[in-house]
Amino acid sequence: MREVAVIGTGITRFGELWEASLRDLCVEAALGALTSAGADTLDSIYVGNMSAGLFVGQEHLAPLMADYLGLGGVPATRVESACASGGMALRSAFLEVASGMSDLVLAAGVEKMNDGADVTGVLATASDQELEVYYGVTFPGLYAMVARAHMEKYGTTEEDLSWVSVKAHRNGARNPNAQFRRLISLEDVMTSTMVAEPLRMLHCSPVTDGAAAVLLCPLERAKEFTDRPVKILGSGAATSTLSLTHRKDPADLDVVELSGRRAYEMAGVTPDDIQVAEVHDCFAIAEICCYEALGFVEPGKGKDAARDGVTDLGGKIPVNISGGLKAKGHPVGATGIAQAVTLVEQLRGEAGESQVEGARIGLAQNMGGSGASSVVHIFQGV
Amino acid sequence: MPSPRYIREIPARYRLEAGRCAGCGRVVYPVRKVCPACGGQDFELVLLSRKGTVVTSTVIHVPPDEFLNEAPYAMAVVETPEGARLMTQIVDCDPASVLPGMLVDLEFRLIREEKKSGILCYGHKGVPAGT
Ligand SMILES: [Zn+2]
Repeated sequence: MREVAVIGTGITRFGELWEASLRDLCVEAALGALTSAGADTLDSIYVGNMSAGLFVGQEHLAPLMADYLGLGGVPATRVESACASGGMALRSAFLEVASGMSDLVLAAGVEKMNDGADVTGVLATASDQELEVYYGVTFPGLYAMVARAHMEKYGTTEEDLSWVSVKAHRNGARNPNAQFRRLISLEDVMTSTMVAEPLRMLHCSPVTDGAAAVLLCPLERAKEFTDRPVKILGSGAATSTLSLTHRKDPADLDVVELSGRRAYEMAGVTPDDIQVAEVHDCFAIAEICCYEALGFVEPGKGKDAARDGVTDLGGKIPVNISGGLKAKGHPVGATGIAQAVTLVEQLRGEAGESQVEGARIGLAQNMGGSGASSVVHIFQGV
Repeated sequence: MPSPRYIREIPARYRLEAGRCAGCGRVVYPVRKVCPACGGQDFELVLLSRKGTVVTSTVIHVPPDEFLNEAPYAMAVVETPEGARLMTQIVDCDPASVLPGMLVDLEFRLIREEKKSGILCYGHKGVPAGT
């Protein structure tokens, strides 16, 4: 396999973008990635997208994006793995370059969630329709059950969850692209509207429009496009059961552990080597599970990390420095690519007031459904 | 949820039909072609006991449209004595009392109504054990 580098990135503002369409968003992010690398051709395109069909009634997204990007004729494929669609699109692009099949491959992610669709219903399609949704459970409800199982097993509290949200907003306030750029207090979180016990509104990521894109090429050609390529050291993906009822233990996201282990192995690094991470905090409990599953802390210690500042800027391992899904926003299919954009910025030392000093190695973890799919990428500044 | 698919789910939803793997003994609910534990493909039909223990739970305050009139309602993953787990609403009690370890009986109930003059959809809901 060839070594692969990220040579360009593009991202849109995240939020309720009523003036922007699905195709506008994707093209804006993709052009950003091409322009930043000075590239005007592509060998291939992957578009991560969860559910344009249900959100805006548009399937067959990949050729549409290629055409609107002015690159009609280029092979293009849409990749779907629910909220992990972006990360899986990145993995597909990585594999295509690593294999030697193509040199210049774009991985984009996009979701247009605010266009009038029943968002709760669309998101629920990531869980089991016959065994879960039929009986009236919602997507937040499933993560609420993970949270309660985690509380039962490890003594995690609602306050522990809430510190994760407080940290997310502190980080999001520094991110010019974030949906929510304001601080929230512990009390704000713990008195916000109950969604699915024990999860309140401020434990949940918002409904977001947005897109992101990264351009990949073989490491040996990277200097043609940029002085600061970022190498992809490893990619690990895994699956678990779609339905929470079939999960070995609903308290742990086993899929994160497995995808992380595979990425660490491929990259030849350990959790101690990771200096900055973006993880899939669709709900505050997911971030706590990720701390443990990715080996940043011991199992059962995830509950203390956000409160103690371990995962804060300046802490042992800053996590979701972008604001995470909670504050930056979560356009589901774009999230996995947006995580990569954040890490590339960090590893190039271009993150301004959000910069993790001296960061050389970073990790991104992107999850689908209530933990049925997960993909982890490890990056290194060159 | 369109009617044609409904009939296929009736054995699992109405009768709690599950499969016991001939290879490893795992009870799989609903039954499927391949055992997730051992890869075996031979199953013996078993009916799940209409009772179980709450493994984890939540109270849904923001429901899907079809369940607007019922919120807030408790939902739980319930494990039957056979070791199978299912997702159910837990009713006829204070939703806040539905916590891991609670013993429940499973009763045949109306679950939802299809929109646009569709059919009534049935299945099981949990109630506090012995009530
Ligand atoms: Zn078996």
